[in-house]
Amino acid sequence: MSESMAPPKRAFAPIRWMRENLFNTWYNVLLTVVVVYMIGTSVGPLLNWLFLDATFTGADPKDCIGDGACWLFINQRLNFFMYGFYPDAQQWRVDIMFLLLAVAFVPQFIERFPARRWLGIFGMTGLPIIGYILIPGGWFGLEEVQSHKWGGLMLTLILAYVGIIGSLPLGVILALGRRSEMPIIRGFCVIFIEVWRAVPLITVLFMASVMLPLFLPEGMNFEKLLRALIGITLWQSAYMAEVIRGGLQAIPRGQYEAASALGLGYWRKMRLIILPQALTLVIPGIVNTFIGLFMDTTLVLIIGLFDILGTVQSTITDPSWQNVATEGYVFVAFCFWVFCFGMSRYSQNLERKLDTGHKT
Amino acid sequence: MTEQMQSEQGQAVVDSAKADKTIIHVEAMNKWYGSFHVLKNLNLDVAQGERIVICGPSGSGKSTFIRCINRLEEHQQGKIVVDGVELTDDVRQIDSVRREVGMVFQHFNLFPHMTVLENCCVAPIWVRKTPRKEAEATAMEYLKRVKIPEQANKYPGQLSGGQQQRVAIARALCMKPKIMLFDEPTSALDPEMIKEVLDTMVELASSGMTMLCVTHEMGFAKTVADRVIFMDGGEIVESAPPHEFFDNPREPRTQQFLKQILHH
Repeated sequence: MSESMAPPKRAFAPIRWMRENLFNTWYNVLLTVVVVYMIGTSVGPLLNWLFLDATFTGADPKDCIGDGACWLFINQRLNFFMYGFYPDAQQWRVDIMFLLLAVAFVPQFIERFPARRWLGIFGMTGLPIIGYILIPGGWFGLEEVQSHKWGGLMLTLILAYVGIIGSLPLGVILALGRRSEMPIIRGFCVIFIEVWRAVPLITVLFMASVMLPLFLPEGMNFEKLLRALIGITLWQSAYMAEVIRGGLQAIPRGQYEAASALGLGYWRKMRLIILPQALTLVIPGIVNTFIGLFMDTTLVLIIGLFDILGTVQSTITDPSWQNVATEGYVFVAFCFWVFCFGMSRYSQNLERKLDTGHKT
Repeated sequence: MTEQMQSEQGQAVVDSAKADKTIIHVEAMNKWYGSFHVLKNLNLDVAQGERIVICGPSGSGKSTFIRCINRLEEHQQGKIVVDGVELTDDVRQIDSVRREVGMVFQHFNLFPHMTVLENCCVAPIWVRKTPRKEAEATAMEYLKRVKIPEQANKYPGQLSGGQQQRVAIARALCMKPKIMLFDEPTSALDPEMIKEVLDTMVELASSGMTMLCVTHEMGFAKTVADRVIFMDGGEIVESAPPHEFFDNPREPRTQQFLKQILHH
C-alpha cells in the first residue's frame, strides 16, 4: 500500500496573489487603480469627520466649532434617546432591564459561558415578566410610568423584543396549523396568514391605533402601545409562520414516518423530531425576519410613539441645535447596526453549533 | 384470491411449529390510491414468532402492504388486527399498535439531529416513559447486539450505510416490540454492507421475533423464512414455505419472477 501524503502546502504570497487577482488584465488594473483612489480620497475625510475633527465634550451647542461631527449633541441628549420621557428618577428600572437583557443575551456569543442555556431561557421567559412588572410600574410600591412617556432605544427594544418572542411561538403554531389535516384548523391558519401578510405594517399600526378603538365597546380601551404591540406581533407571526413552514416542508417524509412508527404522537413527533430539524434549517430566514422586524419598529412614529428614530428626529428640529441631522442619523444607524449585526452573528453561531453536518 | 389459496395459507399457519397464537390478522383488505387499486383483497394470518418474507416485482404493493400493518398507510376496506387491536381511525388504537410494532426502513430514517444513543432512547423515554438511565442501558445493550456500541455518541451522518441501518434496527428493538417490519432494509446499501445487516437480521430471527420482511435477498428468505409470500399486481399470488416456494413454485407468475431474479 502506498503511503498517505500530506496535502501540498499553499504558500501565502501577497505579491503573487495581487498579480494574479488585482493586476491580471488591463481592466482589472484599471478597476484596482480607480477603487484604490476612491478609498484613498474618502476614508481620510470620513475619519476626520467622525473622530479627528469631531467634538465630543462640552457644555452647550456653541462648543461645536470644529469641522467634524458634533457628537456633543448625542452626548447631551443621550438620556432622551435612551429613555424618551421616562422620568429621570425612575430610569434605574429601565437600566436594570438593559442590564438583564445584556446578561441574558451577551453570553450567547461566548461558547463556553457557564449556564449559557439557562440564561437564554431566562431571556425568553423570566425577562418579559420582570419587564412587565418593572417598566410600567404601578405595583409593589413602584411609581406608575404610563406608556406614552416611554421612548427612545428603550421603546425600540420593547417593540422588537415583544414582537420577536411573541411571533416565534405563534408562527410555529400557525405553520403547524397550516399543514394540519384538520380542515377547520388549516382553513383558519391559511386565512390568518394570508390576511396579515397581505397588509403593510403601517396599515396594521393605523388600524390598531385609530380604527380599533372605534370598534371596541365604550370603556374597553387599552393603551396605544399595547395595541401596537399586538398588531406587530400578529403581523410578524404571519411572516414567521411562512418561514417555518418552509422548514417543515424541507423535512423528508421518512422522518415523520420513522417518528410515527416508533409510536410518538403528533405533538411529541413535532417537538422532538420535526421542529428541531425544521427550525435549524430556517435559522437564516428566522433571523432575517427578526432583523426586518427590528427595522420596521421605526414605523410606530406614525402613530405618535417615539422610538429611537423618533426621538432623534424630534431633537434635530430643535432650534438650539443647528445642523446636527447627519450626526443624529449616523447615531441611529449605528444603534440599529449594532443590534442587527449582533443578531446576524448569533444566527451564524447557532447554525454552526446545531449543524451535525449531515442530512438524511 | 381463490378459496383454495386461502385454505392453503391457513394450512401454512397450522403447519408452523410455533402456530399457537395469531398476532397479525389481515382479512379481505383493500386499498386504493385515488382510483388505483393497489392492494386487492389481501388475507394473511401471522403466528407469533413466525418469520415471513414478502417478495415480488416493484410496484406489486408489498411495501404498501407492510406499511398498512402499522398504519403508515391507511386501508380503506377490510380488517387488520395486530396483537388483538384492530386498526381503525382511532388514534389511541393506532398508537398502541405502533408501540408494539417496530419498523426498519429502506432509507434508515435515523434522526440526524440526535446521536445514535439519543435515536435509540427517544421513543422508550417519551412513549414508554422509561427512566433515562434505564433507556440508555437498554439502548447500549441493543447497540452491542448489532455490534456498534462504540458509535453510540456519534451522529448518524458520521456512520456508513450499513452501520446506520443497524442503528435503525437497534432503535426499533429498544421499544421491545412484539413484531418487526422490514421494508427493503438492504436495498439502499452498498453490496459490501448488505451482509452485516443481514447477519443482524438472521440473529434477530433466531431469537424468536415475529418478522415481516420485504426484501429481494432470496438467500435470506431461504435460510430464515418460515413462509415466503409472493405478491404481484396488489395480490398475494403464492404463499409457501421456502423450500416449496423456490424448488417447486406452483403459480406461473411466481415461476417467471423466480427465473428472472435467480438467473440474472
